[in-house]
Amino acid sequence: MKSVLKKIYIALIILFLYAPIGTLIVLSFNASKTRAKWGGFTFRWYISLFQNEEILRALFNTLAIAFLSSFAATVIGTVACIAMMAMKRRTKSILMGITNIPMLNADIVTGISLMLLYISLGIRFGIGTILLSHITFNIPYVILSVMPRVRQLNVSTYEAALDLGASHINAFFKVMFPDLLPGILSGFLMAFTMSLDDFIITHFTKGVGVDTLSTKIYTEIKKGIKPEMYALSALIFITVLTLLVLINLSPTDKNKRRSE
Amino acid sequence: MGNKRIYQLKKAMCALILLSVSALCGCGSTEKGVNGQVIVYNWGEYIDPETIRMFEEEYGIKVIYDEFETNESMYPKVESGAVAYDIACPSDYMISRMIQNGMLSELDYSKMPNVKKNIGAQYFEQSKGFDPDNKYAVPYCWGTVGILYNKTMVEEPITRWEQLWDETYADNILMQDSVRDAFMVAEKLNGNSMNTLDPEELEAAKDLLIEQKPLIQAYVVDQVRDKMIGGEAAIGVIYSGEAIYTQRENPDLVYVIPEEGTNVWIDSWVILKNAPNKENAEKFIDFMCREDIALMNFDYITYSTPNEAARELIEDEAIRNSEIAFPDLSQYDNMETYIYLGEEGDSLYNELWKEVKAY
Repeated sequence: MKSVLKKIYIALIILFLYAPIGTLIVLSFNASKTRAKWGGFTFRWYISLFQNEEILRALFNTLAIAFLSSFAATVIGTVACIAMMAMKRRTKSILMGITNIPMLNADIVTGISLMLLYISLGIRFGIGTILLSHITFNIPYVILSVMPRVRQLNVSTYEAALDLGASHINAFFKVMFPDLLPGILSGFLMAFTMSLDDFIITHFTKGVGVDTLSTKIYTEIKKGIKPEMYALSALIFITVLTLLVLINLSPTDKNKRRSE
Repeated sequence: MGNKRIYQLKKAMCALILLSVSALCGCGSTEKGVNGQVIVYNWGEYIDPETIRMFEEEYGIKVIYDEFETNESMYPKVESGAVAYDIACPSDYMISRMIQNGMLSELDYSKMPNVKKNIGAQYFEQSKGFDPDNKYAVPYCWGTVGILYNKTMVEEPITRWEQLWDETYADNILMQDSVRDAFMVAEKLNGNSMNTLDPEELEAAKDLLIEQKPLIQAYVVDQVRDKMIGGEAAIGVIYSGEAIYTQRENPDLVYVIPEEGTNVWIDSWVILKNAPNKENAEKFIDFMCREDIALMNFDYITYSTPNEAARELIEDEAIRNSEIAFPDLSQYDNMETYIYLGEEGDSLYNELWKEVKAY
């Protein structure tokens, strides 16, 4: 009895999580533009999606910004973590507090303040300002996930490498970096997803004619969201799903092997 | 030796960061056409992208095109000056607000011959509600707010706002979830102006809306479209621009302009004060008023065009003579456009609307 209830509970959770996405995928094959009517099965939206320059440009912008900003934030965040390791307890906790605030801060506050900052500095709004903003709000997430790894770091191994004649850079990349890697990777992924689905900050800091997917979809509100967007969202979902399945199925998990 | 190495590394990193920051700022600049550029701020999905390409080719002017989703989100972006837009396309009441705040620049119609030639005089007449001397706004798209009903679900044809208070349709009515549209219905039913600030008239409108509340299935925005097509409700308040599309999807639907009168909305091109490319902006607006271009945009957007010359070119006779898309405004004397009510007026309406919603 108990196990049946457990299963029902899990099934309900999964249903609520995935029913909206399921609906979206079904609608992406609907020949009729309205969600209220099933007009027959079609691949039309998928075809016109790849002919729609604006959507493709928005997709490219989104991915480019997500990739570049999370990469930059990962580098900056990791370096900051290593620097903080050498600091006094007090300065360290103050700094941690400062980096945590933007994360707790409402997006709209971050967005508007960044916009005002750019205006007062006279920076031209464009893809560059979006990128700067995304790097800014991504850094705390990287620090958050790299910091625990840095704390576990054994400084003696690094010193031992130096004693054995390794240069600082060599010692860092050969000894410290592999230990930090899992944290860095998860920080990178977190930053990537944060950047991918950010709307508000992008909305305030984007320049003319530059759109990411989220701002593009939002502007379609007045006339109704185009079915091409359903098709694109379905594709993104399927891609992410396959990636996750592949990662979890991969037989050689390097991290596990190392820790064993 | 080691310390020196680290010092060098630090220097290199600083240089790298500085370099990437300056590179980032640099890529904000955009290429220009031979004859410069023009920056346009319009509603999303509110233009045929092909017309922009045609304009760029014919005039050698690069169009930088940006989109907004509501008048309210457009206003602060223009006001902040983060981007110096040349042209925007706000709705009536937002235009009156921008006029009041001195954000628009006066138009020189002699440089835009297509405007007066092609745009119907009645639309300029209607625009006087928010732009008293027709100095700032060139009508681009317009429509009415009316009732869409499903003829298989009602007992008699719907012709009046009053019927939205009929108990036979309890739980079958969809109202607009926006302050001005909701109060417009009640104020018109009471025979008052939809721009009233008279406390008694507003109180009466509020009472009416509260009285209607038990009959409402839902307060909705753009879901009216899909809900009516799906037959989920009998009666809905909707914009005329959606009427033709919904009828195509579900032939049982009928759109009417209520006898008590209703709101006529007009989205218009305006040139912003301090527009950096004013001449190009004039060329752009003039181009948009050319009949073939206006026709392309009408086909794409499907909202009524004020461009009489373009209307003549519509091939489908049923649409060209459609009473829904092109009602004769001169036949009605109770049509109004919204005007900006000032900050106090806005908050008064919002306060009353909250009372209705919370009741």
